[in-house]
Amino acid sequence: MNLMGLFRSPQNELEKGGKEAEDQGIRNSCPRCGVQLPLTDLQENLNVCSACGYHFRVGPRERVFFICDEGSFQELDSDLMSRDLLGFPSYDQKLRNAKLASREKEGVLCGAAQVEGVACAVFCMDHNFMMGSMGTVVGEKITRLFEYATQHSLPVVGFTVSGGARMQEGILSLMQMAKTSAALKKHSDAGNFYLTVLTDPTLGGITASFAMDGDVIMAEPGATIGFAGPRVIEQTIRKKLPQGFQTAEFLLEHGFVDLIVPRGGQRQAIAQLLRLHGPAVLNPAEKEKEGAAV
Amino acid sequence: MSAYDKVLLARAKDRPTGLSYIENIFTGFMELHGDRRFADDPAIVGGLAQLGGMPVTVIAMEKGGDMKDKVRRNFGAPNPEGYRKALRLMKQAEKFHRPVVCFVDTSGAYCGLGAEERGQGQAIAENLVEMAGLATPIVSILIGEGGSGGALALAVADQVWILENAVYSVISPEGCASILWKDPKRVKDAADCLRLTARDMEELGVVERVIPEGEGRDFAPAYAQIKEGLLALLPQLLAMPPEELLEKRYQRFRAF
Repeated sequence: MNLMGLFRSPQNELEKGGKEAEDQGIRNSCPRCGVQLPLTDLQENLNVCSACGYHFRVGPRERVFFICDEGSFQELDSDLMSRDLLGFPSYDQKLRNAKLASREKEGVLCGAAQVEGVACAVFCMDHNFMMGSMGTVVGEKITRLFEYATQHSLPVVGFTVSGGARMQEGILSLMQMAKTSAALKKHSDAGNFYLTVLTDPTLGGITASFAMDGDVIMAEPGATIGFAGPRVIEQTIRKKLPQGFQTAEFLLEHGFVDLIVPRGGQRQAIAQLLRLHGPAVLNPAEKEKEGAAV
Repeated sequence: MSAYDKVLLARAKDRPTGLSYIENIFTGFMELHGDRRFADDPAIVGGLAQLGGMPVTVIAMEKGGDMKDKVRRNFGAPNPEGYRKALRLMKQAEKFHRPVVCFVDTSGAYCGLGAEERGQGQAIAENLVEMAGLATPIVSILIGEGGSGGALALAVADQVWILENAVYSVISPEGCASILWKDPKRVKDAADCLRLTARDMEELGVVERVIPEGEGRDFAPAYAQIKEGLLALLPQLLAMPPEELLEKRYQRFRAF
């Protein structure tokens, strides 16, 4: 049996659709409004419910497909795989299951790409891989991406989805928060732009490290974003959380997110932000156009 | 002694807390209050002190003494303003090029409504970034519980030390047992699996030094060792050009 076949990325839309359908359990029913959505319609609509706007979770390769220019994505560090460093019970099995569930080797996809012609470095975390938890390999891949982007003076666009640090790698997972923060600090000090897009859910050690460090922080509508998970807070305060607590909209209201952009508008918004972080010099051609429009 | 026994020791009520370390190691401590944004968080104390005649910025998590004090200090679980105060004092230390010494002792950053509303994650995230680039020496010492991101937010340092019976972990054994095995009774197994003891930290390269505590509850020898250690180390770190100091700090964490 050729095991590598299990780890390859989806080859076509049909395969992606099959995976998504499995993940959601009920094939075409929106978990928020209950409307029945034909699978093809859902996919055409970037996995957003056409009735209520609910954003289904999507995998990292679909993100790249939605956001990056066709054929521009060059994957980096695709071969890094986690090992059971601490001899943690059942971790090996969990890693095997995660590889099968996600068809990826680890919980983050990294690469160089272009968005509307602007070069950037991109990372997309993967909820199908142990809920995007960060162990040494996820931390290493993101650190290497920042180092790559620093070296090539590229902006970084990062899609976060994660339950937090990965328990099975103990304190070494915690150290990834410091490692990634230090790498993005160097990237930032060199004058490079970092954009984070927070998607559902972004929690724990990810919120408490690189998710909240973007020069601009974008979020997907309805995404749960926070430090402590909702259940942990309810246990701590012994009360039910108010409706809408820790949603993207809640964070926007409290000043921790710059803007909320629905999935359909993200590509254009990201490209615009990337262009606006180019050098602040007058562009005669653009000046001409602006003048003509008045 | 099992890993869970160490957890219990790290949480023991008679264990000295942050302020005891400050009082026993430094002289002339002046506490400075507030984050200049929202409030003063009593779970983190900070200020100026002297060590061998040298000015030092000292920051410590403080769980509190009697019950009233513990409640006031939220049992040492900081809110975002605690981390922001710590960062303010660290930036001050950088400006005047004096070293920073942090004492870490928390079950974790507080998980409450207000903490979330005021950006607990953002506050910790900012500390991690700013400490990675703070151009003055930082030494962090884990004296009791090193509870995850809430502890790390004061522990991005040039050297990290740990007391013999302190622990440092990505999650509490209770949290780990209930999430992974849905069985809060398996805390002992979780403590073993997480590798959270001082000895583990040394083996995994997370700390440079383990401070022995001895048999009794007398911490005077531990205070003396820390003081002696800081007196030897801080002048060396201060003598380093900032670029070299920061590059070494970068490589220290890059290695994980």
